[in-house]
Amino acid sequence: MNKYWHVISVGIQNTLVYRMNFLFRSTFSLIPLFATISLWRAVYGEKLTELAGYTLPEMISYYLVLTVVDALTAVTEDDWQIASDIKDGNISQFLLKPIDYLSYRLCLYTAGRLVFTICAFVPVTLFIFGQREFFRLPPDVTTFLWFGLSLILTALLQFFISYTMALLAFWVLEVSTFIFILFAFEYIAGGHLFPIDILPPVVQKVLLFTPFPYQLFFPVKIYLGRVSGDALYGGLLIQFGWVIATYALARLVWNRGIRKYSAVGG
Amino acid sequence: METPRSDSIHTNSAPAPHGGLQRYLTIYWALWRNSVVREMGFKTNFILWILVELLWFALQITFISVIYSHTDHIADWTKWQVVMLVAASHFIQQVFTALFLTNCVEISEYIRKGSLDFMLLLPINTRFIVSLRKVDLGGFINAASALAVMTYCARRLGIHPSAAQIAGFLLLCGSGLLVHYSLLFLLSCVSFWTVRAQGIVWGYYNLFNISRLPDAAFHGFFKALFTYALPMLLVANVPAKLLLSKLGSPFEMMLLLGLSFVCFFASESLWRFSLRHYTSASS
Repeated sequence: MNKYWHVISVGIQNTLVYRMNFLFRSTFSLIPLFATISLWRAVYGEKLTELAGYTLPEMISYYLVLTVVDALTAVTEDDWQIASDIKDGNISQFLLKPIDYLSYRLCLYTAGRLVFTICAFVPVTLFIFGQREFFRLPPDVTTFLWFGLSLILTALLQFFISYTMALLAFWVLEVSTFIFILFAFEYIAGGHLFPIDILPPVVQKVLLFTPFPYQLFFPVKIYLGRVSGDALYGGLLIQFGWVIATYALARLVWNRGIRKYSAVGG
Repeated sequence: METPRSDSIHTNSAPAPHGGLQRYLTIYWALWRNSVVREMGFKTNFILWILVELLWFALQITFISVIYSHTDHIADWTKWQVVMLVAASHFIQQVFTALFLTNCVEISEYIRKGSLDFMLLLPINTRFIVSLRKVDLGGFINAASALAVMTYCARRLGIHPSAAQIAGFLLLCGSGLLVHYSLLFLLSCVSFWTVRAQGIVWGYYNLFNISRLPDAAFHGFFKALFTYALPMLLVANVPAKLLLSKLGSPFEMMLLLGLSFVCFFASESLWRFSLRHYTSASS
């Protein structure tokens, strides 16, 4: 275990190089967020008080919580780095060392998220302060704990999916198109663009069996106190199931890929 | 970079040392040929990127459809009017991608690696070669898909734009393109002072995405900022509104045309200022 702590600490030091980059990125991403909020204000206008079960303040707080969850869990550089490690033959050294590449990468992801969160803290907090009339805390402590659990599962799910996608680099030269295609699905079915419970009920039901809503939408929904009882436990169970499934898939794809691996440049 | 045309560039450049329009057109034609050859080396990748862009375009339209399944207007915009706006914005953005995006993004690499030295030595305008070196052909195919959606919207709305409207639309799209190009070129010049470009690219994506939202949804400081300082809310809104006959007065058209020139001259000033302060990276 000790060596992985070491990886985290090295990871933190390496990512600190990108601190200005992270600060830029998180600040710039607040502009389209503000635009989306303005668009919803215009949709509600003067007359509309409720839309698909969301009042305007609820809709805005959805986007605010979403921003926080996204900052804490989104995979930014990791998939590109893994793909280029494979392409450039850098993973050869991990095959020789008593270190597990998946665990190594998970440590770096943790370190990266930590640094990103610290960088994003000031701009995001200022933004939320500007919209404070709409920001709410979870209804009670238990909800907050469930949210925390779901957040960790979300982070793991995000990581395993991105990791598996990046492993496609064993077979194809250019993985970025595949990553962007998957990202498009995550963007719409994960609730990034709008809360997916404003969709027709049939579509929602189908989506809730895919991994996408559990990558972002589900923890936000828990935080806002919009899911409870059986729906909460069932949802967490499905989320946990997806974490296990994607973990198994990541291991399987790695084992297959390593057989194909030809250590270019290594 | 070697192409069959490179010889003819050389012979063409010799008798016209002052660089006439014809010489630049010949060079640009050679750059196009070069890009076609490069793209066809990776056919699958070429097709996959078109697919990615189509998917994201469909995604934006889905977002609009979902909103309009709960309401029938946003401010004074109806569903198909907004789809028309989204498509117009996509059209401008894709033509921009085709002509300028890769080039602007690579400026920081030229500076970081010192290969800008080489381009400064070429007997042509450096901004010309830096801005237009690579052509991303997929962008034109995606722009065509945007035009197809716009045609469909026009039919749904039952509008028949006159020839003057279409000509005006294309002219205004050109202005929008100039705004996008000038602003990204301006941002890229910042890399004369800082090393990393990724932050700049991200800034670009986030800013330009505002342009597909109806301007009527915004008020106050945000609207003023993105109309007068960074005219994102004019770039696609004004041409789309011209087609939809939503423009009350010619003021907005004048504003977009005027600001596109202001942006261009601002980027040219910063470019010249930056070049004067350029100290090569490698030597």
